[in-house]
Parts: sequence; C-alpha cells; structure tokens
Amino acid sequence: MFRLGLRTFIEGWPVYRQLTGTDPLGRGAAAQSARSAGLTARTETADSMARSVCPYCAVGCGQRVFVSDGQVTQIEGDPDSPISRGRLCPKGSASKSLVTSPLRQTKVRYRRPYSTEWEDLELDVALDMIADRVLAARDETWEDVDDAGRPLNRTLGISSLGGATLDNEENYLIKKLFTAMGALQIENQARI
Amino acid sequence: MAEAHPVGFQWVMEAKKRGAKVFHVDPRFTRTSALADTYLPIRAGTDIALLGGVVRYILDNELDFREYVLAYTNAATIVSEQFADTEDLDGLFSGYNPETGSYDQTSWQYEGHGNHTRARGTGKERETAAGLEHESHGAPVAAETHRDETLRHPRCVYQILKRHFARYTPEMVERVCGIPQEKFLELARAWTENSGRERTGVLVYSVGWTQHSVGVQYIRTGAIIQTLLGNIGRPGGGILALRGHASIQGSTDIPTLFNLLPGYLPMPHHAEHPTFARWVDSIRHPGQKGFWGNSRAFAVSLLKAYWGDAATPENDFCYGYLPRMTGDHGTYQQVLNMIDGHVKGYFLLGQNPAVGSAHGKAQRLGMANLDWLVVRDLFMIESATFWKNSPEIATGEIVPEECRTEVFFLPAASHVEKEGTFTQTQRLLQWREKALDPPGDCRSELWFFYHLGRVLREKLAASTKPRDRALLDLAWDYPTHGEYAEPSAEAVLKEINGYEVATGRPLGGFAEAKDDGSTAIGCWIYSGVYADGVNQAARRKPGHEQSWVAPEWGWAWPANRRTLYNRASADPQGRPWSERKKYVWWDAEKGEWTGYDVPDFEKTKPPTFRPADDASGPEALAGDDPFVMQGDGKAWLYAPRGVLDGPLPTHYEPAESPMRNPMYGQQANPTRKVYDHPVNRMNPSPPEEHSDVFPYVFTVSRLTEHHTAGGMSRTVRPLAELQPEMFVEVSPELAAQVGLAHLGWAHLVSGRAVIEARVLVTDRLTPLRVDGRVIHQLWLPYHFGTEGLVTGDSANDLFGITLDPNVLIQESKVGTCDVRPGRRPTGPALLDLVAEYQRRAGMTADRRVPIVTTDAAGGDAAGNTDERSAEAARDGGGDA
Ligand code: SF4
Repeated sequence: MFRLGLRTFIEGWPVYRQLTGTDPLGRGAAAQSARSAGLTARTETADSMARSVCPYCAVGCGQRVFVSDGQVTQIEGDPDSPISRGRLCPKGSASKSLVTSPLRQTKVRYRRPYSTEWEDLELDVALDMIADRVLAARDETWEDVDDAGRPLNRTLGISSLGGATLDNEENYLIKKLFTAMGALQIENQARI
Repeated sequence: MAEAHPVGFQWVMEAKKRGAKVFHVDPRFTRTSALADTYLPIRAGTDIALLGGVVRYILDNELDFREYVLAYTNAATIVSEQFADTEDLDGLFSGYNPETGSYDQTSWQYEGHGNHTRARGTGKERETAAGLEHESHGAPVAAETHRDETLRHPRCVYQILKRHFARYTPEMVERVCGIPQEKFLELARAWTENSGRERTGVLVYSVGWTQHSVGVQYIRTGAIIQTLLGNIGRPGGGILALRGHASIQGSTDIPTLFNLLPGYLPMPHHAEHPTFARWVDSIRHPGQKGFWGNSRAFAVSLLKAYWGDAATPENDFCYGYLPRMTGDHGTYQQVLNMIDGHVKGYFLLGQNPAVGSAHGKAQRLGMANLDWLVVRDLFMIESATFWKNSPEIATGEIVPEECRTEVFFLPAASHVEKEGTFTQTQRLLQWREKALDPPGDCRSELWFFYHLGRVLREKLAASTKPRDRALLDLAWDYPTHGEYAEPSAEAVLKEINGYEVATGRPLGGFAEAKDDGSTAIGCWIYSGVYADGVNQAARRKPGHEQSWVAPEWGWAWPANRRTLYNRASADPQGRPWSERKKYVWWDAEKGEWTGYDVPDFEKTKPPTFRPADDASGPEALAGDDPFVMQGDGKAWLYAPRGVLDGPLPTHYEPAESPMRNPMYGQQANPTRKVYDHPVNRMNPSPPEEHSDVFPYVFTVSRLTEHHTAGGMSRTVRPLAELQPEMFVEVSPELAAQVGLAHLGWAHLVSGRAVIEARVLVTDRLTPLRVDGRVIHQLWLPYHFGTEGLVTGDSANDLFGITLDPNVLIQESKVGTCDVRPGRRPTGPALLDLVAEYQRRAGMTADRRVPIVTTDAAGGDAAGNTDERSAEAARDGGGDA
C-alpha cells in the first residue's frame, strides 16, 4: 500500500508529470490538479450560446455569449471569425463584466426641473411624457417656409446625438422617425 | 493601432513576420512603436508636411508606378490656366474670398470645363459638410478631359503636383515636423521600394487623423501617395481607417447625421433643392460617368421605404415631406444654439458629449439650458448628471436649484440583449444574435424609437395640420414580438436591403432599384444584405474553411465587395499586374471579370470597351476606368472640386499653435470653420501676439483599457482597475523645466479650462527641435469624467471648437496650453485662473481670430482680422 501510495504520489507530482509526459513546458495536462481535472468549463454546460460581436471598437471581433439560468456566464472570442481568430483585447474580454456590471442602470430615472434629486418613473409614463414634449417643442419651433416662401418643413428645437454604438437597424428607425417629424439636428460620433 | 485596435494589430504582426517593414508615426511612443521597425516622433498637426515630403520624394525620383498612374489617375489631365497654386499665393489657392473665408473653385477646374460647371463660392458646401457625401463617390466633374500622356504639359496634374510639393524637402520635413532627415528618408525609401507591380504597401490611420482643422487633407495626402504608388484597389494596399466605435461606419452609411440621408444621399437644402428634379439632378449630374447616374432610382426607392403607399409619382414620392437645411446644423452649432436658448429638447443615445466632445464646458452649459433632455445609456454618465455633478457645479456656473432642464434617464439594452447588425471598420456588416432579454426597464433603441413613433402617431391621429402628414403617412408597420413588443430587427434589415413593392420580394442588389416607385430601398448601398430572403450579414462560415478573402463571413457593402475599386488590381488589358498580386482579372474565354473578390466593375464589360461620345452614367465608363464612382472614372491626384480647402493638400499650422507656419505666410487653414462665440475663445497663435502664454502643444488619445468617454469602461471593474486614474505624460526635459515631479500633480490651462492630472515623467515623449526651437508636447488620455468607478478631469475640456471645413469635424487632437506643478484651484478661484490667462493672452470677448495672415489674398496686411460678421460666421449665412 505504502509503495503504491508513494508511486502514485510521485506520479501525481506536477514536476514528474512535466518531465515524463507530453507537456514539457508544463502548461497543459502536467499542471492540472485533480480539482481542475474534475471541473467543467461553464461554456460546456451553458444553456445557450449566441454568436455576437464586440461592442467596443470597430475592429468587429467575434464573440460567443454563453447563458445559463437567464444570466450571461461567459463571453469569449469566436475562433471562427476571420477578423479576430478567437482573440479579444482587454475591452472585449471585459464584455461580460460590462453587461453584468452592478453599476448598470435598470430603472428609469427622472429629474424634475430645478430638482436636486432623481425620482422613479414608470417606463410607459416616461415614453408618453417624452412624446408630449417632442410634440410641444416641435409646435413651438416649427418652420414651414423660409423668408422667400420656400419650404423648410422642420424644427430646429430638437437635437439628437448618438448612433455609433447602435445597430444599423436602430439608426435606420432613428433617422426615419426624426426626418418624418422634421427634426434635422440629428448627429452622432461620426461628426466628432 | 496596438493600443486602440489591438486585435486588428495581429495582422500587422503577421505581415511583419512575412517580411513587411512597419513604420509608426506618432507624437508619443506607444506599444505600436515598440513593435514597429522604425518609430518617427512627430509634432502634432504636421502630417501633411511629412506626407507631402513623401510625395515630393516620389515625383523627384520618378518612383511612381507610371503605367498605373497614366491609365488610372488624372495625372495627365490638363488644368485651367486660371489656376494659381499656394506656391504663387503664399499659402492660398486662387479663388479665395476673404469675406466668406471660402473658395470659388472655378479656377481649379480641368481645362475646358469652365462652361460645364457653375462658378460659385463654396460656403454652402462647408456649412452643410457636403464633403461627407463623397464617402461613396467623387465630386461632380464632366467626363471628357484634355490629357497629355507624356506628362510634360506644364498644366497637367503631374507637373502641378511637382511644383506644389517642391518645397516639401527633407530639410523642410525636419524643420516643420521635427523628424530627422535620415528617418524621413528611411520611410520614403521603404514605402516606394515596397510598391509597384510586385509589391504593395498599406497606409493605416486611426480616426484621430480626422480630428484636425485640415483632417480631410491629411487623408488626401495619403491617398495621393497611395495612388502614385499604385496601391489602391490592390491586395495588401489601400488606406485603412481604423474607426473607434462598433458601428460608427454603419451610423455614417445609415446616417444619424444632419446633412445626409441613407446611402450618402444629401439632405435637401432649401435653396439648392427646391424641387425633386433639382435634388435628384444634384446627385446624378447628368453627363457624368459612373454609377451615380442611377441615383434617381435610389432616391425614389428611399422615399418609397419612408412613405410607402403615400409616395407616388404624382406627389414626387413625398419629396416635399423632407426637412430642409439652410446652413450648418452640426452638433457644435447645436450646442452653441443650446447655450443661446434656441433648442428645447435633446436626445443622447449611447453618447456622452460632456466628456467625449470638444469643449466640455460648452457641452454642459448647453445641456443646462434645455427644456428637456433624454439620455439613453447603459450607465449613469456625465451627460445625465451634469446638473448635480459636473465641474460647473463646483464653480457655481450651474446651480441645481436654478437649472430648469428636465432629465429623463432611460436604461438601454446591451449588445447581447438585442439582435441587429454592426458595420465594422472595413464596411463589413455582422449580425449579432440575441443572447437574452434585457433586465428591468432596459430596452433597445429599436424598441424606443418604434414605440415613440407609434405614440406620436396615435397622439396626432386626428390632426389635420399639413406638418403632421409626414408622420401620419410614414410606413411604420414593423412586426413585434415578445413580452415587451420588441420590433423585428430582421424586418428592418429587409427594408434597408429593399424589396419589390408589389410582391415583397427582397432585392438582390441595387442594380434592381427602379425609379418608378416599384421598389423600396432603405439604404441602397446596403442592398443585397438580404438577397434571396437570407440574412447575409449572419453568415459565419469559419475563416479557416474559406479563402483568405473570407467572402462568406458577414456581408460587405457594396455587393459584398471586400476591396473597393479592385478593377485596378489588373492592368488596363485586364491582366493581373503580377502573379504575386493577383486579385481580380478579365477572363477572356468566359468574357467576364473574375477573381478572389467580387469584381468592382460591370461583370461582362471587356477591358477594350470604349463608350459612345454621348454616353453618360455607367455606360460612359470605359473598360479601363476602374474608379467607377468618379465622374471621370479616374483616381484624383488633384481634386478639381469637392474638397473645399484646396485641390491639393497644403501644410497649415493647427488653429492653435506656438509656431509661425514655416512654409507659407498663411498660418492656418483659411477655410476652417470658426465660431466666434463668447464661450469659445481660441488661444492666440502667431502672427498674433501672446501665443507664448500657451507655450506647449498637447494631444490626446486612447488607452487600451478604456473606451472613448469612459461610459463603457470606467463603469466596468476590471477595466477601471487596470487604468484607475487620469494622468499626463511629460518628457523628463519638460518635467525639469517646469518643476513637475513623477507621480505628483500638474494642472494644464487653456483659454477654456483648467484640468489636473497625475504626472507621468517618461521618455515616451521627446522634445522636438523644430524650426530652430524646442517644442514640448504633452499627452493625455481623454476617457475621464466625474462618474463611474474611477474619475478624473476631462482632457477634452481644454479644447476650443474649430472645425474642418469639409466635414465639420473638430480639431481635438492638437491644441496649446500651459502646464504648472500642483493641483488646480477649485471653486471660483478656478474661473479666476482662466480669466487671468485670457487677459494675459489678449483673449477679450470681442476679439476675432485672424483667418487670413498673408496679403496674397489681395486684402490688407498680414495679421488682419477676418471681415466676416459674427452673425454670418455663426449661422453660416455666408453665401447661403
Ligand atoms: S476585442 Fe478589442 S479589438 Fe476587438 S472589437 Fe473589441 S475592442 Fe476592438
């Protein structure tokens, strides 16, 4: 028992495995402990995996987003992507921390004029209030024609900034709706 | 690139492994410099002098790829004899109007074109950033030109180029940029030796290049080099713009920009485009070569996508519903208008201008003077909390109890909580699958805008006002799904792609666009992304299972073409320039263009094709005209129109510089957009007095660990831990001169703001010997603000607002400042310090920044002030 035990002990010793096994640099199996041998990657047991794209810079690295029990459990590089070949930089690698950050806001916040604090507000109420304000601003600042009677059909009372972090489909609806309401001052980071 | 686009940089390393030489030009030594073969430190704002030096080196030594240049560029084209160069006019071109600060481009035309094009000023183009329309096509020019194929005619483009760049000698490069001559020559030699039939070289820039008062001309200088060397439209060549946001290319193509409609169609101008026909003709330019000849079909199809059944031939497809521009409605003009009380409401959609835009104080004061503000973001950003937590609260310039702005903060869905496409920096659309629902009140922009539109339309349902017709007639029926009634992103993508109105059949590409209202296309350059009813952007065939071009990963506009103008990768007869650089070629047997990529040419038009004399549009393109979106089918070494600050790039000093321009009497870009507004005082530069009050040059850029204004990184623990604090990098020499201690504090002062930062003394920055004096440069990251896990002062607060005239992008990569040891003052004492600097520098409220600094314009003496009235400068009245 003792001999066998010693032998098992020695064979279990990482340096021995490193010198005698197929992993001379000690980066793979040789360095694996019994505990890590018994672990399963959370990517393997995930309920689902979505194929996505990094939300930071415009290189467009491929991401795989793993979800278990309704939570993002891992985001890693997509080895199939001919752009990134599975790599992610520090920002791309932090994507899981981004989407699960405790600092993320999940409730509508409202600041009344002249107030010093935020208040709560229901989402549908907020949407309705914003719609009223859009219509009021539009009415107050509407320009039908210029001095020479040529059409203007617009409001310069409403501005918007943003789009470079959004989807094409979103930018499309933003531009379409603002254009139809006569709001011209629509800009995004591409101007900056 | 290694710092800000690290994963893209792996391809530079691959190329280096295969023998490519890598040169890195940057004011600061970075991780990219560490991995390059040669690093060239440069004085910020002088890139045209450096690249102009390379142009001169090519021309002087006749190292251009002559066959390519003769066949595919306008080198042989003869220019009007009225044209006068900056060599003749001390830094101005002919046609300059000091009253409007803009050029009349008539004298820049090709010979014989005077009658084709109307003579006029370009103030209007500047106000409306018309240069942006050229993202997909060249400026208008008539197809027929006079040429001298020997390139000897004194007025051919080649000779004009030679004269224009004659003074960009290695000595001048050293004098202006601070780059030693040997290093410059090493770059010029390597670039030219690695270009030609057998080899190609690539120019990579990050979009800090666009953030200059001469940003467009930086890129043009690069384009001139790459065209002369035959590096455009060929594998391993080109000019690669590294853009900084996941879909900033997409938000330019499908523009949330004031002056554009989808696919680079111009937003109508009240005076220029009074009728539908005039609008279409201004895009189409009857009589020109190229694919813009079909623009009536693209315009009609867009209006059909917007207004559906209401858009009919009888009502010009609802053209009348479009709002009209009258001048500059860009983001900076808007912000000044907010300060002046003209704007009621403001939406911020995943953008944080309080930190990310130039002149942070102007941004925040503007927000504090609105009726209402809607912020949609993942995190509580500085632009949402300016009313209680901003530098202006500390100074008393914003008082919460007196600030009337009503603020709605609506939490947004993250990139994994919605589906849709991003367009990355190579024009590639990639579809993201949705991983899970967004939490709580978080929603996508698709949800927000769809439902906002729905509510607006419900509220207006009974309206009889003509102004409300455009909203009520809008085609706004998108299928929704799920608990939150999320609209279908795929349905929107199908509309973007375009479909046959009668059957709903998705179009295969923009060639199917019709001008009779039978097709609807949301963005014509994206047509084909939903060909055959298949989401082509969702294709994910693994890279290792396909060719190196990887055409089955995502979808690139236009027509899934990965390299634009790739007809130029073959010689005029259609044969590859070399076996090594084979890409797209003519298959004579099959009678079609073929190759590794989708050919950027009509598939069956043979190289020998010659158009009829009266042809226009695509039919006017010869079989050896590769630049199919240009009015003459040629790449432009010289731009006879369309570039508002000159047909050729010229070195001007930045708007704020400690130096007199060593090359010309004209100090800075004479057409740059300035805003004379009390909040926007620019630091003086020579020949004005007192530039020594702000003796140092500063520049800003990104850290690997942070993203733009920090809203997606200072809020994320691992990233915040990696770069926890605002700092400024200074050279050991500057530290000794000013008395800055490593890891101590310093504060920087400009005519707008004072900010503080921890000091990092490092030889990553080096003093430059420039024009007989030493220039010290400082570097700062621009990610910090008052919210998030890690906070600090915002570098962008230091900048004033001066814009490039072509695209109205601000100069925010170079400015002047003073630096002092220790922390900055707080409260009102901070305002006193800025006021003291303003007083010392003569920056009074009524001072006007001098625009023309040479008497070559025919005006009075050097150093005179701009004649424009403040009002004209502000509303872009000019020649509107
Ligand atoms: S992983 Fe890094 S390099 Fe890749 S897209 Fe994201 S931010 Fe850019």
